Amino acid sequence: MTDWKRICPLDDIPRLGARVVQRPGDEDIAIFRNAEDEVFALHDKCPHKGGPLSQGIVHGRKVTCPLHGWNIGLEDGHAVAPDSGHCGRFAVKVEGGEVFLAL
Amino acid sequence: MKKMKLVLVGNGMAGVRTIEELLKLAPDLYDITVFGAEPHGNYNRILLSPVLAGEMTLPEIMLNDLDWYRDNDITLHAGRQVTKIDRVKRKVIAEAADGSLTEADYDRLLLATGSTPFIPPIPGNDLPGVLGYRDIADTEAMIEAAGKYRHAVVIGAGLLGLEAANGLMLRGMDVTVVHIGEWIMERQLDRAAADMLQASLEAKGMKFLLARQTEALLPARTERGDMMARVGAVRFKDGMEIPADLVVVAAGIRPNYVLAESAGLYCGSGRVRGIHVSDTLQTVTDPRIYAVGECVAHRGIAYGLVAPLFEQGKVCANHLANFGIGRYEGSVTSTKLKVTGIDVFSAGDFGGGPGTEEIVLHDKQGGVYKRVVLKDDRIVGSVLYGDTADGSWYFQLMKDRQSVAEIRDHLMFGQNRLGDTGHKGENRAASMPDTAEVCGCNGVCKGTIVKAIKEQGLFTLDEVKKHTKAASSCGSCTGLVEQILASTVGGAYQAVSANDKPVCACTEHSHKVVREAIFKHHLTSKEAVFETLNWRTPNGCDKCRPAVNYYLISSWPHEAKDDPQSRFINERAHANIQKDGTYSVVPRMWGGLTTPSELRAIADAAEKYKVPTVKVTGGQRIDLLGIKKEDLPAIWADLNAAGMVSGHAYGKSIRTVKTCVGAEHCRFGTQLAMDMGVKLEKMLFDMYAPHKVKLAVSGCPRNCAEAGIKDVGVIGVDSGYELYVGGNGGIKTEVAQFLCKVGSDEEVMEYSGAFLQLYREEGWYLERTVHWLNRVGLDYVKSRVVEDGDNRRQLHARLLDALKDARDPWQTSREAQAIKQFIPIKVEA
Repeated sequence: MTDWKRICPLDDIPRLGARVVQRPGDEDIAIFRNAEDEVFALHDKCPHKGGPLSQGIVHGRKVTCPLHGWNIGLEDGHAVAPDSGHCGRFAVKVEGGEVFLAL
Repeated sequence: MKKMKLVLVGNGMAGVRTIEELLKLAPDLYDITVFGAEPHGNYNRILLSPVLAGEMTLPEIMLNDLDWYRDNDITLHAGRQVTKIDRVKRKVIAEAADGSLTEADYDRLLLATGSTPFIPPIPGNDLPGVLGYRDIADTEAMIEAAGKYRHAVVIGAGLLGLEAANGLMLRGMDVTVVHIGEWIMERQLDRAAADMLQASLEAKGMKFLLARQTEALLPARTERGDMMARVGAVRFKDGMEIPADLVVVAAGIRPNYVLAESAGLYCGSGRVRGIHVSDTLQTVTDPRIYAVGECVAHRGIAYGLVAPLFEQGKVCANHLANFGIGRYEGSVTSTKLKVTGIDVFSAGDFGGGPGTEEIVLHDKQGGVYKRVVLKDDRIVGSVLYGDTADGSWYFQLMKDRQSVAEIRDHLMFGQNRLGDTGHKGENRAASMPDTAEVCGCNGVCKGTIVKAIKEQGLFTLDEVKKHTKAASSCGSCTGLVEQILASTVGGAYQAVSANDKPVCACTEHSHKVVREAIFKHHLTSKEAVFETLNWRTPNGCDKCRPAVNYYLISSWPHEAKDDPQSRFINERAHANIQKDGTYSVVPRMWGGLTTPSELRAIADAAEKYKVPTVKVTGGQRIDLLGIKKEDLPAIWADLNAAGMVSGHAYGKSIRTVKTCVGAEHCRFGTQLAMDMGVKLEKMLFDMYAPHKVKLAVSGCPRNCAEAGIKDVGVIGVDSGYELYVGGNGGIKTEVAQFLCKVGSDEEVMEYSGAFLQLYREEGWYLERTVHWLNRVGLDYVKSRVVEDGDNRRQLHARLLDALKDARDPWQTSREAQAIKQFIPIKVEA
């Protein structure tokens, strides 16, 4: 059974922005919110050189890594061609204005 | 809604590019059917020369394979030639080699039937072994002949003829190029450049017969003297005969308008033949029928290079998509010869004539020739041989009709060759070995770039940047990458004028258009900009959003609201992100001055937050590197408490005002440089700009503050200050240009403030002052800032107004809502 963890109110994540979720002894997760209030969760680590995706610019359903400008699809974690690579994703949902993450 | 039917006749580069552009704009508007006479997908015709030369293979030059048509739901009828258009019933009829017929109905018809080689009417021109040079079949026939025969004759020494000759020579044939003109490529080159080119081709083994008129092509004969069914020799009007087992006729092309004319579409008469189209690429006869490419005559010109055809395709697609914006107004073209190891470039009208002047640089032994033709201080044509690195720069200046009066004395030495770093000053793209590093930032070699261009079918600088990363970091090798692109795709490459270049893929509008629209329509939010200008994406991308945000807040200060999510992370976090995701913190030190108590506070903070690296910057500040994001608000609070504020070392903003010790201490000083520097820096605090802005103030002409390489450099002299603008110490070392001399400190503030405000109001995002000055010209800036006193005072007043309630971002970022971005959310295991 999926273990949904309550993370934060949706409004704590800016539209077209992100927050970082830290887990003890594990890698950080970035939670993104786009203009349509969809939320997405990816490993906070660009497949290129490990840049923190949470710090990138969010547009459409993509985020641009702040280090070297790779674009990563928020839905599937795949780099947008011609770049290639992907980072892990996590199930995430919004219920009653609260964001939940499957860990 | 039922889709409309679009039929494309001609499965070549112009037609398919139009379809690609159309699919980008309106993917679901049409059911598309494509007819092509050749039995292939769409291939890159320009690269037939490298295929002939054995440098590439046919699969490598495919642009759209059969899967592409299927993936885009396009019906392709390859190997079927359209023989009839029924304009009343709105259908086309095509015939296959076996005589079978195919019909297709259309609502819109796009003709892209290309051109056919011109074969002069001379006896023997129908003998086997006599070929034009147009398609894959011709190329294959030439390759086959090269394997069997020895003597090849190429008639016509234009681009295509020379590339064919080069390919056949590389395949082992003995090649003679016959030309009717006095020198080769006479439509693209002047005599001096042509002679140099001919000499280097002769050194490779090519033979030339110039000023020769071909009289007849003669059949080969058996040993007994019987005629055979194959060409065997070429005879000239002067009686001379040379052996020829293969004759390639490259004496020009003619628009292929047979089909169009048979359908009653107007195709001109006399010299201007081709399917006549308007600026919307609609045929002048039937508005349902469009035409693009080499088959077209637009304003009396039929283009034979691919770059104009792409421009036509773009406009045509826009109209097919019912957007109705954009007109095709003709193209200015440039030429590159694709012969490995030889750099030739030509553009415009280099013939000279009344009212023109020319500047020539000719080093015969060194193999360099440059000729630039000017008219009314503007470039109208240029021919380059050997060193072609500046071809695209000259071409750009020519297309933009920019005055070169001010740069005339160093025009021939190219665009800031000196001080170019990162690629060893390399300037001959075609002769560079494949292993040579082109992009020093991303470690990209020439071979990698060429391979990507060929295999991925790239045509634009942006595509090359995206695929190879070359020229995508600091950009200093952009000119070189452009040259490699131009020498690889030849005529297909056309530099886009900066004035027209779209901001990014989200829009077709340029920075100029966006800036002007924001001002003209009083737009104050990104949503309004995206809606007014028909953005293709819902909320832009990482390229356009920061630009639009900057334009909004600089056009409508206090009114347009800053959008943090449209800023790069450094400007959101007010610190500089490092490769490991930590940040660097630089407190402001006005004019480079500090105090023992500030230094003590910095030292305390560095220890408290375990800062791993403390470094002095080039701009006379102290940089604390390796700070965790979550510690930023706390370290700022400590530094704020000691009286320090943000140094903006992270922003497209005022960075530093560097000073020498000046007359305060220095025995040579004439002015109080430190005092002047502090006053300037306080005036400009928190000023955002299109790019970073650096100033320096020196107290005397010894210029210890290095004011000559700053956006604004102030140099004290006994009678006042000299002001210099547009300097740059980065990628390209650029020496600042003299703006004017002023007498007082107040004037230094007013003039430099007005200069920077003009840059803030009219510069394009990510354009440094030097690039902006290159674009608009120093004369223009002088006319607004120096000569027009009222305007200067207004500019200065607008700057002061925009900055009137500037606050320290380190302070405001610690306020309730803003601080959340710095704090990670912790979850339990």
